[in-house]
Amino acid sequence: MTDFLASLPLPYQDWALHALIWLPLAGLLHVVAAPAERARHIAFRWSAAVFVASLGLWWAFDPGPGGFALESSASWIDSWGVRYALGVDGISIFMVLLTTLTTPIAILGAWNYIDKRRKAFYSLMLLLQTGVTGVFLATDIFLFYVFFELTLIPMYFIVGIWGGERRIYAAVKFFLYTAVGSLLMLVAILYMYFASGAESFSYQAFLATELTMREQLWLFAAFALAFGIKVPVFPFHTWLPDAHVEAPTPGSVILASLLLKMGTYGFLRFLLPFFPGAVQHPTVVAIMLALGLIGIVYAAWVAAVQPDAKKLVAYTSVAHMGFVVIGIFALTVNGLQGGLMVMISHGVSTGALFLLLGMMYERRHTRLIEDFGGIGRVAPLFATVFVITALASIGLPGTSGFIGEFLALIGVFETHAVVAVVATTGVIFAAYYMLPMVQRIVFNPLDNPENRAFPDLSRREKVVLGPLVALMIWIGVHPAPFLTRMEPSVGVVLERVEAARVGMGGRAGAMEAVADPDVEGGRFRVDEAPEEEGAGSDEAAAPARGLAARGQTPSGIRAAMHPRWNAALCVAPCPNSWAIRAAARLACTAPRRSRCAPGIVHGLRDAGTEEG
Amino acid sequence: MEFAAFAPGPYTVVQDPAVQEAAGWEPFLPGLLLLLPLAGFIANGWLALRAASRSASALRTGADPDPFQGATPPRTHRWPTWIGPGALLLAFLVAMANFVGMSGADLHAPVVVPYWSWIATGSLEISAAIQLDQLSMLMTLVVTGVGFLIHLFSVGYMREDPGYPRYFAYLNLFVFFMLILVLGANYGMMFVGWEGVGLCSYLLIGFWFTDREKADAGKKAFIVNRIGDFGFLVAMFLLFGVFGTLDFQTIFAGAEQQMVAGGATVTLVTLLLMLGAAGKSAQLPLHIWLPDAMAGPTPVSALIHAATMVTAGVYMVARSSVLYAMAPASQAVVAGIGVLTALVAATIALRQHDIKKVLAYSTISQLGFMFLGAGIGAFTAAIFHLMTHAFFKALLFLGAGAAIHSMHHALHRAGSHADPQDMRNMGGLKTPMRTAWIAMWIATLAIAGIWPLAGFFSKDEIIWYTAAWAGAPDNPFGGLYTVYWIVAILTAMLTAFYMTRLMVMTFHGRSRVGAQARAHLHEAPRVMTIPLIVLAVLSVFGGWINVPAALRESVPGLYGVLPMSEWLHHWLEPVTHRATELQTAALGDKAHADPLAGLGEVAWALMSTLAAALVVVWAFRRLSARRYAPAAESGPPPGGLRGFLANKWYFDEIYDRGIVRPLVALSRWCWRAVDAAIIDGTVNLVGYATRLAGFAASLFQTGQATTYAFALTLGVLLILGAAVLL
Repeated sequence: MTDFLASLPLPYQDWALHALIWLPLAGLLHVVAAPAERARHIAFRWSAAVFVASLGLWWAFDPGPGGFALESSASWIDSWGVRYALGVDGISIFMVLLTTLTTPIAILGAWNYIDKRRKAFYSLMLLLQTGVTGVFLATDIFLFYVFFELTLIPMYFIVGIWGGERRIYAAVKFFLYTAVGSLLMLVAILYMYFASGAESFSYQAFLATELTMREQLWLFAAFALAFGIKVPVFPFHTWLPDAHVEAPTPGSVILASLLLKMGTYGFLRFLLPFFPGAVQHPTVVAIMLALGLIGIVYAAWVAAVQPDAKKLVAYTSVAHMGFVVIGIFALTVNGLQGGLMVMISHGVSTGALFLLLGMMYERRHTRLIEDFGGIGRVAPLFATVFVITALASIGLPGTSGFIGEFLALIGVFETHAVVAVVATTGVIFAAYYMLPMVQRIVFNPLDNPENRAFPDLSRREKVVLGPLVALMIWIGVHPAPFLTRMEPSVGVVLERVEAARVGMGGRAGAMEAVADPDVEGGRFRVDEAPEEEGAGSDEAAAPARGLAARGQTPSGIRAAMHPRWNAALCVAPCPNSWAIRAAARLACTAPRRSRCAPGIVHGLRDAGTEEG
Repeated sequence: MEFAAFAPGPYTVVQDPAVQEAAGWEPFLPGLLLLLPLAGFIANGWLALRAASRSASALRTGADPDPFQGATPPRTHRWPTWIGPGALLLAFLVAMANFVGMSGADLHAPVVVPYWSWIATGSLEISAAIQLDQLSMLMTLVVTGVGFLIHLFSVGYMREDPGYPRYFAYLNLFVFFMLILVLGANYGMMFVGWEGVGLCSYLLIGFWFTDREKADAGKKAFIVNRIGDFGFLVAMFLLFGVFGTLDFQTIFAGAEQQMVAGGATVTLVTLLLMLGAAGKSAQLPLHIWLPDAMAGPTPVSALIHAATMVTAGVYMVARSSVLYAMAPASQAVVAGIGVLTALVAATIALRQHDIKKVLAYSTISQLGFMFLGAGIGAFTAAIFHLMTHAFFKALLFLGAGAAIHSMHHALHRAGSHADPQDMRNMGGLKTPMRTAWIAMWIATLAIAGIWPLAGFFSKDEIIWYTAAWAGAPDNPFGGLYTVYWIVAILTAMLTAFYMTRLMVMTFHGRSRVGAQARAHLHEAPRVMTIPLIVLAVLSVFGGWINVPAALRESVPGLYGVLPMSEWLHHWLEPVTHRATELQTAALGDKAHADPLAGLGEVAWALMSTLAAALVVVWAFRRLSARRYAPAAESGPPPGGLRGFLANKWYFDEIYDRGIVRPLVALSRWCWRAVDAAIIDGTVNLVGYATRLAGFAASLFQTGQATTYAFALTLGVLLILGAAVLL
């Protein structure tokens, strides 16, 4: 298969990644150009085509030593060294495949659910696909950031226009939460850009940037906040239940399966390699593990008492992502692999759960668990899929959920046994939240007469759920193809972390490095590793740090005076301010059922006049 | 007991022809053991979905949801009848073939058949592999053999249930997972089976899922089992931390090198495993799910909640015998939990009226005996009791099922809504149900420990070893084991009593079912009585495979008429000898300890069977004289000690008030107070504050140039001032 792909007239390896980014946009144009009643067909076909195109990655991607494969880049904004650079590695490949799989499934799953402004909806779905794929494929940090922000806008509108009753509150909450985090990340990115001195936003340049422990910790905090909100990590999780409950089914599916993964993906892709010192700082590790643990246990408890099925599943997402967080901050191969597996499994099983809940909503127009009961009697196939999905979600061995949780826990146990033991109670609490819901929906007496007419899965719905169920079982029974493809890249990340540990002379060194750096006349005096400190020569240490050597001022406020920085600030956050304005405008107009386009135009105009 | 010393060689992997030759035995299509039930599940599952879809569309259109009543089984039943039991029969034949092959070979190490690498990452490697050795072989025979009989019985018992195909699908799936559990070559595989059987138990307890109570019972079983699984998981993490693998062979071979005997690690591992076992095998304090599990169809109770799944904990402890032998403190805990559970459950069984509840508590009690056996290091005795218990308890459940089946029909015909499972409504069933009556008496005498039935030899061996263990010269817990021994004897007496009570209330005395229904009581169809007869035969002779050699020249041994082979001991030696060696090294040879002031095993055997027989006779005479009233006419529930026992020591109530309700309250508090009030409150407050600030700032947007000029001047002054001052 690999040879076949390479032997195509245009070798697959050359065009695959670009196609995954641009094909959805082409589809978007097609949707816009075609009549509204054809929108869903067109969108589905394009996204299905993208999925087929992406399947080649399974064979074309050679894990090799763990770096990026299928890399290609083109210049974009030369003056800042921004490049359009794509690549895929073991960490991103399954996220990409999950994206290309989830999008057509989400579109097909909500075939009749979206009944207004279909053109706009399916355009946004395809735009969202481009954004998410771009996040996972970009190897240029600037490009990554653009895609990261790009996902925000379509999701905002999907929740805000096609959502439930409190959609505006949910959409604005979602938007503001995420925007706050990503703005901080932007500052951190720019700081690193200048600190690297390479005049490049490339991943490699950022990797090569040497940072003091203190810088690492601050930058880590900015990145971690941005990604932590996305994950979401307790206590930044409250946007998620609202967004999930209000979002239309495909929105919930994409949100759970893909957008949350962008957070943990960011942890793996950026936090660990960029700030290897900070991520093993004992305080940082303690905080992250604690937040992950709280997510696992606390979110499980809160989930268990939700009367709204969608909200319940939303909270279980927080619990699942808690396993990812502790898996990652275990800083062991098993932990990271487990985290990645939980990400994949959660994408599949929670996506399927939201689809199922959407199907229930379409049939009964309610999300309250108590309105159901005895569905297994009238819709046996639906019930079977529901039970299998719920079991995969709570990690029954033989399903995908088990592999990830087991690996993550065993990985955490290797470094933090107590944390792992507490996290393992999540296994009990998973049964505590999931089984009562299953019982109250699928089992119990069929005592609500409205449920007697509950239709079983249609052919379309079988097509939607079939692949997901197959994946849950396949991954659970034979996860090796996934694990082997991921492992080298996970190894690369961990090697980098490990190297930093050696460089710092162990954990004690890391702590000293934090305690010591002091500011002298607006500059960092660089005293890093204890060995060097013992030598006591600032001059010897300083040249090693590109930043100090160039005599630049690393303080964020001062650097903001830099002309180039100003320019960057102007360009990058602009979409944000537009979007925020547009959001605010929409918040006022949408309840009055006005169309959305004028809202955007007004927002743009307002933004333009005020800033101009 | 003399054990030949075996060299702990490397374990056999089939792929390696050299080692294979040394073992002299190649397993016969072991994969079929798993594939047959799996194929049965898939086929039946497909049929079940089709049947259910059809009945659902009938329901949706308002037609009669149950399109048939009694007379002829509908078409949906035709295939599952053959596929369900057929898959099991074939699997049993494959197991038999392997058993014969294994007996012929002099196999000293397990044969491991790896299929694929299941989870492999970093240093972790769990392979999807099965392991054939004497212990897993024996368990496979029990699971497929007893399983087949129960499948056969189900054909009659479930004949009129519309969920028939689904029932056989679940049952086949259960056997598949149970075989993974016993055949798995590492703790990971065992855990797959472990949770898999839990899933099937959940599905089968709640088989009639539109009944809220039954669905509740299934859920309860799953959640309580997950508490045990928590222990199992953490034990696996610990084992992986110490050994870097979860393979049985590597762990058991390296246990002495990697861990200190009696040390904290091995003690912790074994205690955590015991937590898992307590969940699965319904031992204190996690026993509460099993009585509720009786909500499932009765053959399910026989197969899953008596003969096989609930014994998985005992199997696991026996499998990990090397680890337990290294942790005397854990052993004391295991034995203690076992004996305490045996006693508590037996006392509860004394006061239950539901025939299945009596049997459920009896099962918990007998499982307690098995854990006592495993805890004292008599692993063979524990497995022996596991096996005989599988025979007579399956028989008891199936016999009870036949009685319930008959009662249900009779009451249904008579239009009565009385509970067909309540023994107060039964009585006098021996006349219409002669086969069931005889079979049940055999099983009752067997469980009571009457010579020479199966239960006598197995239970006696456990009690005997407890005494021997208490007297072992170097036992640090000698006094404790003496207490265990006394409690075990007491429990054995209680067992004889409550089982006799069950028989008297069900089969003897006058019939309390009502004149109208009495005419409809009938013997079960042959497809149900044949399994009863086979199991009755096994309950009689099953114990003869392990008659102690010491009984040879004595009355209990019939002067050599019984086979004195101690066959099971020899059969399991390759599996248990290392644990026994370890214990003998640590505590001295317990076989030479002489409890009962030197009276020896013969005297002990005579005494115990006599005591049990006396209890049975006394209870029979006493209870037969009593006149029971039907449930509807019974007085208020008793108070005092009787009420305490009838209410199951209030375990459910205590857990409900102490754990369940506080947890739910805490969950609500987390949601309402923390999530909604504190976190979202803060978030919304920030939002309002921002809006307020924006409003305040908007006041400056007056549109008058003078205001702006004033602000500009003020700002310049401030900045200049700051620059000058700082």
